Amino acid sequence: MEVTVAWYLTLGAVLFTLGAVGLLVRRNPLVMFMCIELMLNAVNLTFVSLGDELGDLGGQLSVFFVLVVAAAEVVIGLGIIVAIMRRRSGATADDLSVLRG
Amino acid sequence: MLDLVWLIPAFPLAGFVVLLLAGSRLGEPRAGWVATIAMFGSFAVTVGVVVDLLSRDVHNRRSVTTLFSWVPAGDLAVDFGILADPLSLTMCLFITGVGALIHLYSIGYMHGDSDFSRFFTYLNLFAFSMLVLVLGDNMLLTFLGWEGVGACSYLLISFWFSDSANASAGKKAFVTNRIGDWGVLVAMCLTFFTFGSLSYVEVLDATDAGQVAESTATFIVLMLFVGAIGKSAQFPLYLWLPDAMAGPTPVSALIHAATMVTSGIYLLTRVNPIIADAADWVPSLIAWVGVGTALFAATIAVAQTDIKKVLAYSTVSQLGYMFLAVGCGAYVPAIFHMVTHAFFKALLFLGSGSVIHGMDGDQDMRHYGGLRKWMPVTASTFIIGWLAIAGVPPFAGFWSKDEILAYAWNESPALWFVGLVTAVLTAFYMTRQVVLTFFGRHRYADARPDEVAAAWDARIAVAVADLDAATVAVDAARTGLGAATAARAEAESAHASAIEAARSATSGDEAEASSDPEALAQAVLAAEDAVATAVTAVETAEESVAVAQAVHAVAGADHAVVSAAAESRAEVPALALDAAPDVADVADHLPEAVAARADHHPHESPWTMTLPLVVLAGLSVVGGLMQLPFTPSLKFLEKWLEPSLFGNEVHLTIGGGMLWVLASIAVVGGLLGIAVAVAAYERRRIDHRAFEQPLLADAWAIDRKVGDFMGGPGRAGFEAVTTFDQRIVDGAVNGVGVLVRRLAGVLRRFHNGMVRTYAAGAALGAVALLLWFLTRASW
Amino acid sequence: MIAVFASASPSFPVLPALILTPLLGALLVVVVPRSRPELLKLTAVLSTMATGAMSLWVLFAFDAGAEGFQFASRHVWIEDLGISWLFGIDGISLFLVVLTGILFPIAILATDPEHDSRAYYAWLLVLEGGVMGVFISLDLVIFFLCFEIVLVPMYFLIGRWGHGNRTYAATKFFLYTMAGSALMLVGIVSLAFLHADATGGALTFDLVVIAEAQSVATDAARWVFLAFALAFAVKVPIFPLHTWLPDAHTEAPTAGSVILAGVLLKLGTYGFLRFGLYLFPEATHHFAPVFLVLGVVGIVYGAVVATMQKDLKRLVAYSSVAHLGFIILGTFALNTEGIEGGLLQMVNHGISTGALFLLVGMIYERRHTHQISELGGLQKSAPILAGVFMVVMLSSIGLPGLNGFVGEFLVLVGTFNAHRWYAVVAAGGVVLAALYLLWAYQRVFHGPAEGDNADMPDLRLREGLVLAPLLALIVVLGIYPKPVIERMEPAVDALVEHIERHVDGFQEPTSRMGIDIALDGADSGGDH
Repeated sequence: MEVTVAWYLTLGAVLFTLGAVGLLVRRNPLVMFMCIELMLNAVNLTFVSLGDELGDLGGQLSVFFVLVVAAAEVVIGLGIIVAIMRRRSGATADDLSVLRG
Repeated sequence: MLDLVWLIPAFPLAGFVVLLLAGSRLGEPRAGWVATIAMFGSFAVTVGVVVDLLSRDVHNRRSVTTLFSWVPAGDLAVDFGILADPLSLTMCLFITGVGALIHLYSIGYMHGDSDFSRFFTYLNLFAFSMLVLVLGDNMLLTFLGWEGVGACSYLLISFWFSDSANASAGKKAFVTNRIGDWGVLVAMCLTFFTFGSLSYVEVLDATDAGQVAESTATFIVLMLFVGAIGKSAQFPLYLWLPDAMAGPTPVSALIHAATMVTSGIYLLTRVNPIIADAADWVPSLIAWVGVGTALFAATIAVAQTDIKKVLAYSTVSQLGYMFLAVGCGAYVPAIFHMVTHAFFKALLFLGSGSVIHGMDGDQDMRHYGGLRKWMPVTASTFIIGWLAIAGVPPFAGFWSKDEILAYAWNESPALWFVGLVTAVLTAFYMTRQVVLTFFGRHRYADARPDEVAAAWDARIAVAVADLDAATVAVDAARTGLGAATAARAEAESAHASAIEAARSATSGDEAEASSDPEALAQAVLAAEDAVATAVTAVETAEESVAVAQAVHAVAGADHAVVSAAAESRAEVPALALDAAPDVADVADHLPEAVAARADHHPHESPWTMTLPLVVLAGLSVVGGLMQLPFTPSLKFLEKWLEPSLFGNEVHLTIGGGMLWVLASIAVVGGLLGIAVAVAAYERRRIDHRAFEQPLLADAWAIDRKVGDFMGGPGRAGFEAVTTFDQRIVDGAVNGVGVLVRRLAGVLRRFHNGMVRTYAAGAALGAVALLLWFLTRASW
Repeated sequence: MIAVFASASPSFPVLPALILTPLLGALLVVVVPRSRPELLKLTAVLSTMATGAMSLWVLFAFDAGAEGFQFASRHVWIEDLGISWLFGIDGISLFLVVLTGILFPIAILATDPEHDSRAYYAWLLVLEGGVMGVFISLDLVIFFLCFEIVLVPMYFLIGRWGHGNRTYAATKFFLYTMAGSALMLVGIVSLAFLHADATGGALTFDLVVIAEAQSVATDAARWVFLAFALAFAVKVPIFPLHTWLPDAHTEAPTAGSVILAGVLLKLGTYGFLRFGLYLFPEATHHFAPVFLVLGVVGIVYGAVVATMQKDLKRLVAYSSVAHLGFIILGTFALNTEGIEGGLLQMVNHGISTGALFLLVGMIYERRHTHQISELGGLQKSAPILAGVFMVVMLSSIGLPGLNGFVGEFLVLVGTFNAHRWYAVVAAGGVVLAALYLLWAYQRVFHGPAEGDNADMPDLRLREGLVLAPLLALIVVLGIYPKPVIERMEPAVDALVEHIERHVDGFQEPTSRMGIDIALDGADSGGDH
């Protein structure tokens, strides 16, 4: 059984789906963050494998962008979440609805 | 002199400007003299221009002087120009002449008024506007004067504006006039559309040359006629003229008798070529509206009690005659009557103003009577005016009215007949006015109906009070009688017991030997005295009762009589004081105001007021000379006006003999009217109340109905439109705002602040987009 | 029409100066030190007077007989899109510019703001700049820019310095007018692109170029015209899009009302002339009956509703609807007399209604009320004020001899030549005008003066001086409108010719001599 590019793409899709479903289903903000990371990394995997398959360096370049964005987002997001969790421990995503219209 | 014709309107305009800027500083009476001198100056120039024109050849008597260009827009090129021709100068003559006299009169009439200079400011502005109206060389300039006199009329009617009634009258006049102005505006638009010009010279010459179609001419004349109806107060736009009497009397004389109201006839006479080219029913319409209004107004004048209202309706009526003349193609008689009417109507109005002045403001003719004793000049001039308007030869009114009637007969006997009936009525109501005002007993100190009613009420109250008092007295007397009777009974029983005691003493009863026979005898005597006194007291009491009953009877009778008389008074409210013969002292209960009027003395007016009266009276006497019908060489007015008439004057087809017959019938009719009025009001042979029907006094209730409509359905209609604007149109706008808010409210529910919802939305959206791209790409 | 350069001092860009001077004045007002508040009004007055003087200079230097745009100037802005600062003035816009130049100083001198003078004067000056820009710009984008810019200062003027219901009125005014002109932007852009496509040339927003080329297809032109017309219809305002006007006029401060009635409404009518008739002659001709009907409706409707108003300012506001109905009528008569009448009425209405609002403001300043029921007998206590009010009122009624009449008459004549029965009905409007104005005058000035009304002080010298120029114009323009009409005529004639050239089968409805007109109007030419 040859490991072709399809395997990597499938793995990426599965990871992405897991992350997406987790994001929609889980209530704990930290777990939601982990799911977002999972989605982002799944996308990274897809980029790299396709980049290698098509011989385009752009795939690997995109990974850099995604990683930077993920890092920045984690820094800020985790900072906010931790700050909130300190005030109200046990808060779920559903409780953080101050921005309701 | 002809090139100075622009001075004619310039003098009053200058007067207006001077008075506007410096009027209050000039004060009384200098402000009045400034205005009057301006008018006399204008008159002098008019005379000079007329003389100048007369010295010219008959065919050279139309001159246009252009002052400057007014509205040069597109094809419309209207100038400020003056058309000096016989028609306009005739108008100018009596406008400035009679106007100057009225200005002079006003100096005396408005003496003491705090707004003296403002009055003359408006008067001069009015004179200017009127002169522009008649001198303008194009329809637009005439319209400027037309509206200008309307505005000045508004200002002058509401001159004493602190009284809301005066203000309303002014507004009513302006708005009603404006309805007519609508007609003139449309006529001007059509004229320009047809001729490409509004200048009289161009339009009338083109019409005379036959360049206008009948339908166009008809429409133009009809619209101008609407304007004339408004300005000259014909039916149905006459409603403003009686109310306009709220203005000072000189205003009524100048504006609402002599000048402004004649504008309509002037306008129709000016456009006589267009009338000639219009359909045949148009002049007939004019004639019938005129004569119908004449009759209508005359019937109302019969029952008016205000001295000025009679003259107001009389003016409407006489204007109707002028329209009758125009409708019959008799332009010269129309102008003739206009001029003579200016003389005698101004005279009558000024005379009435003199009367009002002399009676300290009282305008009710029922309070006048016998004034010729105190106001001889006013009376004699007023009588001359009366004779003129009644159509008594040889005064001016006879000649002009008769010419009109002759032309009316020429056109249609029916028109003549209605005109004749109106003439009879005219003679009647004017005689009534003269008799009530200047002849007979001076009724000012008489008790007025409301005062008589008050006296009767007081008298009844007295009778009732007396009756009540008498009833109380009777009761008191009866009580007294009862008491006295009881006292007598007591005294008699005491007397009886005293006698008993004395007898038992003399009967020798040893048990009672100690009693003193002398004392007992004295006791008997005392008791007898007591009885006598008691008897006397009873008799006195009985007398009192009788007296009280007698008084009560009298009071009762008096009350019965007064009540019976009062009941019959309830059916005839104006029952005189002496109507019930059994009740003689009602007059003692009149309010004090009646006695206060007893010393009242009317006074004659100053020379500034009586001089114009005399001049106008003289004109009313000799005014007929300008157009005597006997031979063509005496028809000065007709020869003078010929250039302005383009030969459209109708020619009489009736012979001289018929003219004499018609004239005689008219004179007889006038004398009949005078005789009936004298019989009713002077000699009291006919009950005057038969003529003064309430419906006529209320002017056929038309004004009231119009007022009800305007205040009721009219106002409701306007309110409905306003509510529509507020609720529906604006509501729609506000509704949009409400809709947006509601929509926003609905959409807000999607923003619940929960991240997972937003994430779900993002996911769904991403899936949808993906599907869309995939399906699109596969095709 | 090719831009013609001014004959006198061509080097001085007077038209851009007309816009820049007020804006500069606004800037100066903003930087006046807080310690010198008296300088605020002085700066504003000087700035508006300078602008007014320049506009008068333009008036005198204007060549009355020449065709085309004078004092033209052009500075390129965005070359790739063909947008440039293109200005020019002709007989149509000349008097509107002068009117603006005269009314603004008068409005500023007449009343003082009760608070926040700095912002007040700054906004007024920005407003003047914007208004001037609308009247003189010949580039579509610049026109739109200025057209929209005037909304912002007006919003603030009404909203911060207005009367009771000011927030509602200001918001309504802003949103309503902006909504109307939103489509106009789409129209402008599509017009430029359609023109570029049809002519195959470069993209340009130059009004003269597009109008002279007339290259857009009929259907598309009609749609674009409607987009423009909607914006102008709200601005004029035309029934039934008029309901923002009573609220805005009533709640605005006196100076705001004067400018709003005197100048801002004319933006809409000017827009119809310049961007309706000139840009889209065929569409204008096609839709003219609609606007004529709406004009007549506006005349009658405005007068009827005005009669029932209890607030004096609201009454004057509705009278504006009626007067502007006449202007619309004249504009869409599509002949020289009608258009000239409409233009004259624009100027006249600005003068008379501006003066009316000033007078109402003076009454308000004394009696602190606009309610007619609380006023009465004022002629007794303030005769001069009453006299001035009477003159202005008579001008508004259209009394001949005063300025209101000539324009009204020209409109009626023009409309009659084109469509007879509209003129007949519209002429009835004069009756209604007399009715509501005289009734209002009677309730306010006649009758007995009681209570506070009896103590009301009369016109002061300062107020008289502010009103004097308007009064003088009312009288002079009534008697001698010739210089004004003369200067308008070449531009209007050119406009009518332009319409005749580009609309098939259209002939200017004009008067004719001696033709038999049957009463049902079965004649050639002017349809009805």
